[in-house]
Amino acid sequence: MGTALDIKIKRANKVYHCGPIQIINSTIEMVKPGKLPSGKTEIPFEFPLHMKGNKVLYETYHGVFVNIQYTLRCDMRRSLLAKDLTKTCEFIVHSLSQKGKLMPSPVDFTITPETLQNVKERASLPKFLIRGHLSSTNCIITQPLTGELVVENAEAAVKSIELQLVRVETCGCAEGYARDATEIQNIQIADGDVCRGLPVPIYMVFPRLFTCPTLETTNFKVEFEVNIVVLLHDDHLITENFPLKLCRM
Amino acid sequence: GASLHARSRNYVSESEVYKLESVPLDFGDYHPLKPITVTESKTKKMSRKGSTSSTSSSSSSSMMDPLSSVLDGTDPLSLFAAAADPVTTTSTMDSTRKKRDKDDSSAVGSDFEPWSSKRSEILARYTTTEKLSIVSGRKAATPGSAVSEKVRTRLEELDDLEEGSQKELLNLTQQDYMNRIEELNQSLKDAWSSDQKVKALKIVIQCSKLLSDTTVIQFYPSKFVLITDILDTFGKLVYERILSMCMDNRASLPDNFSPESVNDTAKETCLNWFFKIASIRELIPRLYVEAAILKCNKFLSKMGISECLPRLTSMIRGIGDPLVAVYARAYLCRVGMEVAPQLKESLNKNFFDFLLTFKQIHGDTVQNQLVAQCVEIPLYLTLYSPAIDWILQCIAYRAPEVLLTEMMERCKKLGNNALLLNSVMSAFRAEFIAARSMDFIGMIKECDESGFPKHLLFRSLGLNLALADPPENDRLQILNEAWKVITKLKNPQDYINCAEVWVEYTCRHFTKREVNTVLADVIKHMTPDRAFEDAYPQLQSIIQKVITYIHDFSLLFSVEKFLPFLDMFQKECVRVEVCKCIMEAFIKHQQESTKDPVILNALLHICKTMHDSVNALTLEDEKRMLAALINGFIKMVSFGRDFEQQLSFYVEARSMFCNLEPVLVQLIHSVNQLAMETRKVMKGNHSRKTAAFVRACVAFCFITIPSLSSIFARLNLYLHSGQVALANQCLSQADAFFKAAVSLVPEVPKMINIDGKMRPSDSFLLEFLCNFFSTLLVVPDHPEQGVLFLVRGLLNVIQDYTWEDNSDDKIRIYTNVLHLLSAMTQETYIYHVDKVDSNDTLYGGDSKFLAEINKLCETVIAQILDHLKTLGKEETLKRQSQLALYFFNTILAHGDLRNNKLNQLSVNLWNLAQKHGFADTKTMVKTLEYIKRRSKQPEMSHFTDLALRLPLQSRT
Repeated sequence: MGTALDIKIKRANKVYHCGPIQIINSTIEMVKPGKLPSGKTEIPFEFPLHMKGNKVLYETYHGVFVNIQYTLRCDMRRSLLAKDLTKTCEFIVHSLSQKGKLMPSPVDFTITPETLQNVKERASLPKFLIRGHLSSTNCIITQPLTGELVVENAEAAVKSIELQLVRVETCGCAEGYARDATEIQNIQIADGDVCRGLPVPIYMVFPRLFTCPTLETTNFKVEFEVNIVVLLHDDHLITENFPLKLCRM
Repeated sequence: GASLHARSRNYVSESEVYKLESVPLDFGDYHPLKPITVTESKTKKMSRKGSTSSTSSSSSSSMMDPLSSVLDGTDPLSLFAAAADPVTTTSTMDSTRKKRDKDDSSAVGSDFEPWSSKRSEILARYTTTEKLSIVSGRKAATPGSAVSEKVRTRLEELDDLEEGSQKELLNLTQQDYMNRIEELNQSLKDAWSSDQKVKALKIVIQCSKLLSDTTVIQFYPSKFVLITDILDTFGKLVYERILSMCMDNRASLPDNFSPESVNDTAKETCLNWFFKIASIRELIPRLYVEAAILKCNKFLSKMGISECLPRLTSMIRGIGDPLVAVYARAYLCRVGMEVAPQLKESLNKNFFDFLLTFKQIHGDTVQNQLVAQCVEIPLYLTLYSPAIDWILQCIAYRAPEVLLTEMMERCKKLGNNALLLNSVMSAFRAEFIAARSMDFIGMIKECDESGFPKHLLFRSLGLNLALADPPENDRLQILNEAWKVITKLKNPQDYINCAEVWVEYTCRHFTKREVNTVLADVIKHMTPDRAFEDAYPQLQSIIQKVITYIHDFSLLFSVEKFLPFLDMFQKECVRVEVCKCIMEAFIKHQQESTKDPVILNALLHICKTMHDSVNALTLEDEKRMLAALINGFIKMVSFGRDFEQQLSFYVEARSMFCNLEPVLVQLIHSVNQLAMETRKVMKGNHSRKTAAFVRACVAFCFITIPSLSSIFARLNLYLHSGQVALANQCLSQADAFFKAAVSLVPEVPKMINIDGKMRPSDSFLLEFLCNFFSTLLVVPDHPEQGVLFLVRGLLNVIQDYTWEDNSDDKIRIYTNVLHLLSAMTQETYIYHVDKVDSNDTLYGGDSKFLAEINKLCETVIAQILDHLKTLGKEETLKRQSQLALYFFNTILAHGDLRNNKLNQLSVNLWNLAQKHGFADTKTMVKTLEYIKRRSKQPEMSHFTDLALRLPLQSRT
């Protein structure tokens, strides 16, 4: 019979917040040397999260350049003839809610051929008028991004309208800094030639694993943007960009 | 040899001594033979008001038994069958929907017609012969992707079922396509049960993607049905899974649990599902899958569902294709009605949003699509009906009148509102529609000819008017206006679908004149090019409706076009079905017997049609059914005192229905009854004329009986008819019947077919012979034949009959013959036929006659004794004992035991019965006790001696 080791974390969502009290140790001994009875042995454990020195305990975050990950490792040292056992398990750290109230920052927008930048042949574009608004570009990470969009008119048929959530990582180093934009979610909000003049809701839930509150440190930055992408039937692609500020309340 | 020496009997005094005391009977509510009355309330609900199937109390005049009328249309099987048949569905379903109780509760009541009952109708109606294709995977399903390939690879790719499995299956027939969807359904269940939850989700996403595809658009409604079935399954699986995680101490949550009682693990799992679904890239699958698990919001928060529904409702605005959008709305309403029917706002919102996008239907994008697919606008518009009907049905459910009026007004405001008008008529309460019939007719008239088919509008209106009555003053005008349009319909199918519905309204409110006009119109439309051949179900339904409303058959057949209408049923099986319906209605509703020539001619014609359909391949059950219907008719025909007319009717019927034996049997009984009626009227004294008439009746029977194939039917009818002839003083005819019966006995086979099984015939033969002997007691000897000519003849036949080798039947019959012979020696027989002199009067106890009887007795007894001797072998001793006791009892009952010989014989038989230990001691004891009891009666003292001579064998 082989021996297996497992770690079970109490909270179903595996989310923990850093504790207010600072402690010294991050390694604890769970059992004194000795013999475990055969069968399943459950050993409860707990320890408070603490920050080392004046460093900040950042939120769990999986990025391209930056990875902030917290793991638990359990080692079981055994006698000479048996191999030591090890098991690791990730847990997620969320920063504490920021105090105070989030100031909503609504944005209205209008997209027409004239408002577009980076257009090579403006004349070849079909005429269109798209209006809309985002309820706020300051977003609470646990709340969806909301707003409305109206295709007031468009010469060409609409094929699709999508919300593209983009994460921008900036990493400082000796040679300067590296910047990388990654699409982390794409949500279609309109499929086909939508009815003119009828507001279509903008609604997007922030994905849990790929987002964190907007982060700015001396070494690196993690920022988010949303693109509203309109694809017309003749394959014209229209994009409007909105920087977002995510926070946890 | 021994003779019986019958004891002489005084039947009158015996009867006085032994007859049972009569007790006055209280005929209260209960009587075992009273017809059963079943009161059924369920039937009402399922059937149209006043339609045939709602009558469920059985009446004795009907041939329907109470059991079948209880089941009439309401058992699950026939309901199912009805649902499968598109023609009946519309009517039964409409009625369930339209019947509404005033019950205020937040849950949907049974008066709400559920989605499940719509399914089959949609599947049957929206079909295609075009080739279909299924895309699995992402390739063709992401036309609008604005994202580079490089970026995508980093994403969690929920959209793909499995890498490398993306393919497009082309050129599928509708059936292939349906099979493929069923496969997906199965793989969903498999994935789920093997704990591959993510795969299950991927399958559901893939399925709901198919709903964004509108190629082969005429199949779209059916596709929607199939795929939303899968979504429903998925929703249920997820909900139950999370619910099972909430099990606390093995107790599951109550139905109306609050989110606080849900544990963290369950909540987290639930939340995970919602996060996963929220990240589905494409709009349509994201919408459908979230809608499918709408109910799971209950685990997370109290307000979850009420917040979610409006959000999903407005999310549908993003769907560009109006048909796809309206079906998505229908699905959302469907889920909403199931989970939170009290949230009516979202239902209304869905409808209003649909109205806002209504103009899209006539926009370029849609029009181009239709041109590309070669689909005409009227057909395209009908594709919307199931979805709009459903949404409106949800809205109209227990809705106040004001709301319905508002909805109607909103529809009116839109151009080309025929589609909406039709849905309003399909979904709203029949009473609401009926009360505004003239308004609706006005609106229908205003509709654009090139849009939604007008005949469908009139059909929908007609369906309402079959259920609810319009204002009295409008009724005729409504019919005229509607029929003016209906009669102009050129396509026979369009025409008949519409006419079928309006026949009910016509029958409900108008007279035979209008019904006749309508029937004439149908004939006119359906006759050219034999259009009726494609419309048998509808034509049948018309007949059904007419006979549902017109129960007076003389009125019915005076509708001139009724019979010509029947001529349209040229396919024999349909024709026979229709005839059966009419005959059933006749038997059920005709209260009094009739001689109306109009009815008789028509029904004879109808019965003849049924009869002529019988051939070598007809099933027995079918024959029995047809015969029962024809018999039901024959029994209802009466010419009152005109007996001759009655007889000639039977003669005519015989020539018409000669292939159905049960009908011939019925006719013989009817004619016999007629003879007895005549006798009753003449009080037994026939005049020359009535005597001749009665002989004609007898002759009818005599020549009809030989044509029957069942031998026992022949035997019993000969006996029966002989008795009738005797009662009518037709002595020589009676003799002829009895002779015929005697000479038929040798033909009785050992095995006969009873209900398809071969059974030994002996018990039937025994019964018949006993009956026959009882009759022969009163049959006077023919002056030119010898004494007891018939009895002797019958005995000879019995003697020569090849009996089963190891049976005692013959001897049992012989023993019974002794009963007859002893009765024949009495001075006055136990019974007589009025006005017929039996042998007691004829011979007046003549000694030669008695000697003849004695001789017969001797012969019979000798036969019995011989037989008893042959039973002396080991294996037949038990039979010997039983038979000996049987014979002993006969002597005890009928013999004069003062006769020494007989006395000795009985003692011998007693001993023989006990000799080998096979006698039942209890029986023997009881018999002996009886003898002792009898011995105390006057003139029975010799029984005391007898009892002393009968030892009881103790059991060894």
